[in-house]
Amino acid sequence: MKHEITLTVNGETLPVDVSPNDVLLDTLRTQVGVKSPKIGCERGDCGSCTVLLDGANVRSCLILAIEVDGHHITTVEGLSNDGLSALQEELIAASSFQCGFCAPGIVLVAAELLEHDPEPTRDQVREAISGNLCRCTGYDPIVDAVLALAEREGSDS
Amino acid sequence: MSELTYVGGRAPRIDGLDKVSGAAEFVDDIDFGPDLLHAEIVESPHPHARILGIDTAAAEALPGVVKVATGADFPFTFGVYMKDRYVFAQDRVRFVGEQVAAVVARTPQIAKRAAKLVEVTYEELPPILDPDAAIVADAELLHPDLADYPRVPWFFPHEHTNIAHWRKTRRGDAEVGFAEADVVLEDTYEVPRYAHCAIEPHVVVGKYDLAGRLTMWTSSQSPYTQRNVFAETLAPLGLTHQNIRVITPYVGGGFGGKAGVTMEILGAALATAVQGHPVKLRWTREQEFYNTYQRQGVRARLKIGAKRDGTITALEHTMHWDAGAYVEYGANVVNAAGLSATGPYRIDNVTIDSLCIYTNLPPGGPYRGFGYSEFHFGLESHITRLAHALGMDPVEFRRRNAISGGDTLPYGATMNASGLQEAIDRTAAAIDWGVTETSPDPNKRIGKGFALFWKAPAMPPNASSASFLKFNEDGSINITVSGMELGQGYLTVMAQIAAEVLAVPPHKIRVETPDTDRNPYEWQTVASHVTWSCGNAVHAAAVEAREKIFDTVHDAHGYEEGTLYLENEAVKCETDPDFELALADFVIDGIPMEDGTYRGGPIVGSGKFMPEFTSALSDPETSQGGHPNVHYTTGAAGIVLEIDIETGRMHVQKVALAVDVGRAINPTLIEGQITGGMLQGLATVLYEDMRFDEHGRLLNPNFTDYKIPTSLDTPDEMIPIIVEVAQPDGPFGARGVGEHTMIPAAPMVANAVEAALGLRITSMPITAEKVVLATIRART
Repeated sequence: MKHEITLTVNGETLPVDVSPNDVLLDTLRTQVGVKSPKIGCERGDCGSCTVLLDGANVRSCLILAIEVDGHHITTVEGLSNDGLSALQEELIAASSFQCGFCAPGIVLVAAELLEHDPEPTRDQVREAISGNLCRCTGYDPIVDAVLALAEREGSDS
Repeated sequence: MSELTYVGGRAPRIDGLDKVSGAAEFVDDIDFGPDLLHAEIVESPHPHARILGIDTAAAEALPGVVKVATGADFPFTFGVYMKDRYVFAQDRVRFVGEQVAAVVARTPQIAKRAAKLVEVTYEELPPILDPDAAIVADAELLHPDLADYPRVPWFFPHEHTNIAHWRKTRRGDAEVGFAEADVVLEDTYEVPRYAHCAIEPHVVVGKYDLAGRLTMWTSSQSPYTQRNVFAETLAPLGLTHQNIRVITPYVGGGFGGKAGVTMEILGAALATAVQGHPVKLRWTREQEFYNTYQRQGVRARLKIGAKRDGTITALEHTMHWDAGAYVEYGANVVNAAGLSATGPYRIDNVTIDSLCIYTNLPPGGPYRGFGYSEFHFGLESHITRLAHALGMDPVEFRRRNAISGGDTLPYGATMNASGLQEAIDRTAAAIDWGVTETSPDPNKRIGKGFALFWKAPAMPPNASSASFLKFNEDGSINITVSGMELGQGYLTVMAQIAAEVLAVPPHKIRVETPDTDRNPYEWQTVASHVTWSCGNAVHAAAVEAREKIFDTVHDAHGYEEGTLYLENEAVKCETDPDFELALADFVIDGIPMEDGTYRGGPIVGSGKFMPEFTSALSDPETSQGGHPNVHYTTGAAGIVLEIDIETGRMHVQKVALAVDVGRAINPTLIEGQITGGMLQGLATVLYEDMRFDEHGRLLNPNFTDYKIPTSLDTPDEMIPIIVEVAQPDGPFGARGVGEHTMIPAAPMVANAVEAALGLRITSMPITAEKVVLATIRART
């Protein structure tokens, strides 16, 4: 039994037919066609499926699509729509990521952090991304880039 | 060599934009349309059993099921170095999770339901879960046909045993060496199994089209090796290399786990069973843990002797590897360790025995470090203990015995140039070695640990690389190679090498991920060899293109070729300072002549590289005579570790790691390898290990129970140190660095724990629990 729900994905509102047991991650990937949220563990451990739900990061593998009828979903594609964000530019310049599989999730979490706290401490950045596993980088190059950006933007203001 | 423009610079990764914008496409992100079928595997619940029968009728009857396949459909063995593995289990299963059958269905849900309807009848057999139990005299043979398996000539299986390969290295006379020693130390070290934990699980899509062409999309480090294994394995079905295409887009981490062929063979076989339809198989996180390669466990008996003056006189190293149910790749890990288990030391009298032993645990295989991470735990623990026994400083003891360029290797070949002494000195300085630190907290102790490391690529002697390079109308460049961007920055490094030769900045060079129909050959992206090997191929391709550029300019303008050079995307001439011709003006369209004709044409280049000086042939009883390894990368690492004596909890205050990379083509990327590899190494000693129950079942196949580090688990301070003593046969002097950075982590921690608490722990991991229990035992 399919139900029509309405999602606003990266600013575009669209109807989607879902079954009650459809997971948001699968709905985004297979029905909406947004591929940046990745399938890493399907049990909420790794964070590679992270999306922003009304601006707050969630694991889309643990949420049923039908639960978020009428809500706003942001993925990293949404951050890239009108040119890259300063955060993305900084992460590129610093070569922070390696394989990049965790990158969409970590970029979103870091963006959310900077949205709420433009000048976080190192511990705050580490805490913010601690739910997103990365096996390549040792995390420091990502944390360093977020802090470098925050420091520069802070000194600009 | 004149001053370098792009090599040695910190060019941003050329794949950075793809990865940060969401554009990067991984296999699972590719759309295959409504015709895509989904596969689900039926797995063995037993570690060792005979298959008495498989009833597929109920599964086949389920609407939406397209095909149910079993071993009867694919009675084939496969493997990279030894064909001992089965596409599907045949008469028996040898580990929990082994593929017995598969269902292909219209949806993943139907496939899953149908897989549960396949009824397999087993006769359980007693499992062998420990390598030492596998080599007792009357142990049951897990592979009675061992001697008949096709294999590479440098493997030596012992017929009628469970020893799939036994690498023996003998140099000098160990007994004489021990007799000369003033101190001889002997102990056993235990290293468990580990999981790679790439965040992207293995995934494969295969399509066998109606014209008989098999296209495979795989998350792989080894597209060409995969194509070769698919062609060899499926040859009975009429498949040939020409009609198999492997496409590998971005891969979400490998670490050795995506080398060779594991589950991809299932995608290939199943595709042939549903001709015309693409079929996808994606491992769950659980399968990722128990049915891909695992890092093999090892029990290492180690005996080293030294004189009072600190000279090591003899080493005896016996390693019993828990290689698992199939060793088609893992046996080469055992082989690599067996050639190099002296570590980076000059030792005249050496006896190494490295035994690859079948057990009823999942197949072992390559994992970053390729045997060296495993044996360095015991070796570098032992070196520190021996120094203490001699009353010497452990760093000074290492300095005295560290191998240098020109020294003789355990198997008789000559050691390459090495900056190991510089690495030792700079690491010791970075952690203030020799300065005792105390914590203001009375419950905490601080210890420093030190370890050296070395590693050579473990490759067949003819492992080779190739490259195509072409210019575009605007003077930009496309390079095709078949090494894999695993995250290490390979694409960027290849761009920098070509940039240097052709005076075109790296951001104007696009390097493509592999497609075996279009990109030229690469053996595999393993062994930390692609910067060196494929870098040489790209360098050769760029040089060939440069020669064509100079030919064209010579033909059109008459300048002698020896006077032409490239600078800032243009051709210039030493004898005519006024001459400057932009590459974009002619690399496709040619150079116009006064009579309206043109000279030149599209500039392309090709390059190849094979290490023609290597040979795996040697005396099987001693390993003397061959030249199995191309070169060793060496280095040193040190740690400042704070330990809470009440809880055992360890806190890494500082880590320094120095590695001799020959030439840093991109220091940022090397620092990335150091920071990331070191954390992965620290994880193997501080947090992780695979736990199996008495039935051979993995107890922690998920990130809740197998904890990999988060951003809260990083060292307070990480000091990467780059040493550059050139590798003469490497591109601009470069040698590999990818794997090495995790190798010293475990022994360095063990040594720091001893320095802090006076306790020696000889088994990995060294968790807080183990430390606190050892502390309690020491008190009572």
